[in-house]
Amino acid sequence: MIGRRGGSRRREGASQSRTDYRDQYNAWLRHHRLSAADSLFRVLDNPFSSVLTWLVIGIALALPVGLNVGLDNVSRLGASWDSPAQISLFLQEDISSEQSRELAAELDARGDVAVAHFVSRDEALEEFSALSGFADVLASLDENPLPNLILVSPADSAAETAATRLRENLQSHPGVAQAVLDMAWLQRLNSLMELSRRLVLAVGALLVLGVVLILGNTIRLAIESRREEIVIVKLVGGSNAFVRRPFLYTGLWYGVGGGLFAALLVAIALWFLGEPVGELARLYQSTWQLNGLGIMGGLNLLVLGGLLGLTGAWLAVSRHLAVIEPR
Amino acid sequence: MISFERVSKRYAEGHDALREISVTIDRDELVFLTGHSGAGKSTLLRLIMLMDRPTRGQVVVDGQDLGAVGSRGIPRHRRHIGVVFQNHQLLFDRPVFDNVALPLIIAGYDHREVGRRVRAALDKVGLLQRERAMPVTLSGGEQQRVGIARAVVGKPKILLADEPTGNLDPALSAEIMQLFEEFNQVGVTVLIASHDLVLISRLHHRIITLREGRLVTGSAP
Repeated sequence: MIGRRGGSRRREGASQSRTDYRDQYNAWLRHHRLSAADSLFRVLDNPFSSVLTWLVIGIALALPVGLNVGLDNVSRLGASWDSPAQISLFLQEDISSEQSRELAAELDARGDVAVAHFVSRDEALEEFSALSGFADVLASLDENPLPNLILVSPADSAAETAATRLRENLQSHPGVAQAVLDMAWLQRLNSLMELSRRLVLAVGALLVLGVVLILGNTIRLAIESRREEIVIVKLVGGSNAFVRRPFLYTGLWYGVGGGLFAALLVAIALWFLGEPVGELARLYQSTWQLNGLGIMGGLNLLVLGGLLGLTGAWLAVSRHLAVIEPR
Repeated sequence: MISFERVSKRYAEGHDALREISVTIDRDELVFLTGHSGAGKSTLLRLIMLMDRPTRGQVVVDGQDLGAVGSRGIPRHRRHIGVVFQNHQLLFDRPVFDNVALPLIIAGYDHREVGRRVRAALDKVGLLQRERAMPVTLSGGEQQRVGIARAVVGKPKILLADEPTGNLDPALSAEIMQLFEEFNQVGVTVLIASHDLVLISRLHHRIITLREGRLVTGSAP
C-alpha cells in the first residue's frame, strides 16, 4: 500500500519534472523576449539621451575603425604602385655595352622580372653630370668612373621576399659585379604602416575600454533610477538573473545602436572624402577609389557594439545589482 | 505551516529584536501578530521572508528549514509566499494590471494565463475596472487592494501582511480584514501584523503578542 503510493508519486514526480523543464525553458524564453522589448522601449522612450549615448559610442568606435579603413586604403595604394622595389645591377668592367644590352634583353624575358632597363655608362655619366651640377669636375676626369647598369623591376613587386630572392639570384650571375636591391622606401612604407596599425590598435583599445566604461556608467544610472523597482521585484521572488536581464538588454541596445552610428559616421566620412580623393587620383592618371567598410564590416561593427554593450552592462550589473536588497 | 523554534535575532548594533521565540502556526490558520512598534513584529515577518536570518534558533516554513535555504534559493522561497506591505510597494510607473501581474511574470506564466489570473485577483479585491489605472490615481485603500491582489495572484499557501490597515480608516480597514478572512477560508495560511487591537480583537482569531522581542500571549492555537 505504502509502496504503491510511493511508486505512483514517483511517476507523477518524473512526468511533472519533465513538463517543469519545458515550462521553465518557455518561461525563460518568454522573459527574454519581454526584457528585450521592454528595454528597447525604454531606450526609445528617451530619444534625446539615447541618441547622445549612441553618438558618444559611435564616435568612439568610428575613430579607430575609420583610421583602420584609411590604412587599408593606403596599403592598397602602396600595393598598386608600379615597381616599388628596383634592383640595380652594376656590371663588371669587362662587359661591353653590347653584351650588357643582350643581358638586359635576356633578363627582360624572365618570368620573375617585369622590366629590365639598360643604362649604359655614357648615359649614366650624362645624366649624373646634368643632375649633380658637377659637370665641370666630371669633364676633367680622364675616363668614365661609372659602370654599366641594368635596372630590374621584379614581377612580384610588392613582396619583399621575392625581390630579395631575385636579387640573390642575379648577384650570382657572372657578368654582375654588384646587385643592389633598392627597397629602402618600401621598407619605410611597410614599417610606417606597421607603426600606424599599432597606433590605431592602441587608440582603438583605449576607446573600446572607454566605450565599455561609458556603457557601464549608463547602466549604473539606469539601475539607480530603478532601485525601488528592483527591491519590489526581489521582494516578490524575482531572482538575480530575472532582475539582471532587462539591464543586459539595455546595454545591448545601446551598444548595437552605437555600432550603427559608428558605421554611419564612417560611411559619411568616406563619402565626404570620396570626391577630392577621386579628383586627386585622376590628376595622377589613376582610377583608384576609396574603399568603405562594406556590408560585412558594418555588421561586424554592430556585433562589436553589441558585445561591448553587454560587457559594460555586465560590469555594472555585477557590481551594483547584488547590493540592492530589500531592507 | 510556520514554526519558530527558540528563535533569537540580534542586529549588528546590539539590539535584540527577538528573544527565544517559539511559536507554531498551523495550516489554514489566520493569526494576528501584535505589539508596540519595535516589539519585533516586522522582524518576525522578515525572518519568514528570508529578508533576515535568525541569530539563533530554527524557522521552518511549509516543511522547509529556512536555515538550509541558500541565497540562491531565496527568490524561489519568496515565490511561495504572498506579502502585503504597509507602504504597498507598488511600481508607480506601471498600471495596476502590470503590478498585479509581476509575480506571475517572474514565475513565467504565459500571457493568456497571466491575464486570466490577474483579472480574477482584481475581481476578488473589487478593482477589475481599474486595471489600466496608474497607482497614483488610486486612493490609499485601493492601492492596498492592488497590493493584496498582487500577493494572492500566484495562489500562495502563505499570506503575510505587515500593517495592511496602517493608513486606512476603520471602515476600509474592516473591509481589508474581511478580504484576508475570505482568503483564509479557501485554505491560505494568513499571518497579519497589526497594532489595531480594537479591530483584531473583534475578529476572533488567535492573537500573538510580542513585547520587547519576547512572546507574551498566543504561542499555541
